[in-house]
Amino acid sequence: MPHWLQLMSDSLPTLLWAGIKFTVPLTLLSFAFGLILGLVTAVARLFAPMPLALVARFYVWVIRGTPLLVQLFVIFYGLPSIGILLDAFPAALIGFTLNIGAYSSEIIRAVISSVPRGQWEAAYSIGMNWRQAMGRTILPQAARVAVPPLSNTFISLVKDTSLAAAITVPELFQAAQRIVATTYEPLILYIEAALIYLVLSSVLSSLQDRLEKRFSRYGGMLEANR
Amino acid sequence: MIELSHIEKRFGDAVILKDISLQFPEGSVTALVGPSGGGKSTLLRCINLLELPTSGTVQVGEEVLDFAPGRKIGWQAIQKIRRQTGMVFQNFQLFPHRTAIENVMEGLVTVLKWPKERAAARATELLTKVGMANKADAWPSTLSGGQQQRVAIARALAPSPRVLLCDEPTSALDPELSAEVVDVLGTLAKEGTTMVMATHDLRLASQIANHVVFLENGSVVESGSARTIFGSPQHERTRRFISSINAAQGLEHTGPGSGTDG
Repeated sequence: MPHWLQLMSDSLPTLLWAGIKFTVPLTLLSFAFGLILGLVTAVARLFAPMPLALVARFYVWVIRGTPLLVQLFVIFYGLPSIGILLDAFPAALIGFTLNIGAYSSEIIRAVISSVPRGQWEAAYSIGMNWRQAMGRTILPQAARVAVPPLSNTFISLVKDTSLAAAITVPELFQAAQRIVATTYEPLILYIEAALIYLVLSSVLSSLQDRLEKRFSRYGGMLEANR
Repeated sequence: MIELSHIEKRFGDAVILKDISLQFPEGSVTALVGPSGGGKSTLLRCINLLELPTSGTVQVGEEVLDFAPGRKIGWQAIQKIRRQTGMVFQNFQLFPHRTAIENVMEGLVTVLKWPKERAAARATELLTKVGMANKADAWPSTLSGGQQQRVAIARALAPSPRVLLCDEPTSALDPELSAEVVDVLGTLAKEGTTMVMATHDLRLASQIANHVVFLENGSVVESGSARTIFGSPQHERTRRFISSINAAQGLEHTGPGSGTDG
């Protein structure tokens, strides 16, 4: 077995373990929490009274306007100065959740607005209240349109979790860095890490395809409804 | 009985409806006709409160609601009136992510909390009535416009509303498809369904309505029996409007290659 292959197969369990223990949970949890935050933010911007809508806007503005790495540093290294001490994983989780919340809120806001106004009226006309109309009529249609852009966000997130290495989360990329520190084989190890990210992203892409197929069974929004 | 008294609707400075008082007795079919922008649609939507009147009184059955500028109207009060109405829209507005029968069941299950089986039975009965039972499991996107509108009529009727409101129910349909919708509405009218419809379609109005209200610039110009309004309107303005529509519809049938069908 050639040297590089040997090295890759030797380090694979360590990298995979770091991925399973940190990268995957960090990705899934921050995406799930981020989506909830994004939905709340989008609804606040679309429907809430002025002060609340402004708070939502401010949040999106700050998060989108500053680098993710800097945000992570502020949370993990900065907050202790004012007495807020967080472990690396929760700090990363907060940082990524805030990010997904801001970016997904823009997507969710757009797809909610893309559902024709007449659908709200149809829902109200059969007696639904706002929550029923939103939950049973608007969001299911918006969700379909949201799949491709939210998948983009999700795939970016998987890769962005490598930034957590910078705040000492022992995730996949940091595991690779550690092995490099002892083997002095950066090219091989970093390519291996990249390949694992590639596999993860591909799994997500195929998930996206399946979701899109599932949603397309009804043929999309009706032309006449627009 | 549905009664509107002194209804006024403003959007900012624009007055859309001016002091409109109308009664729609049980079992009557009323057509609101008149030029575009005359306030037909807004008036119709004031009955189920998709538009809230600026001032005036809306009564549907036993429920009465008074409007005045600056007065807050509670959601419960709106619901009490709205739940006695069903509405059919110009563009059908079926829920595209639900099948035909699910569309009809939606209000029963979600709003009235009926068990699924009971809602399905009621929905099947209504789809049969509008001739759509064989398409119960079809997605709306696979149905023609006329078929979609018939499903939408079934959906509006599902909770047995006191009145069926139709907002230009045939305007998005070509003459052939609109005929099937007119047939369905005609049957409902014969069965005693109370209806109020805003329409340009004089065939629909003259075949089904027993009462006609002519609206222009937010006011009632003339109202009376369908025969009077279509046969011998009193006001010059009504006469001009009726004859212009008759002329247009005449052209559609006789004009050489007018190509306006559909």
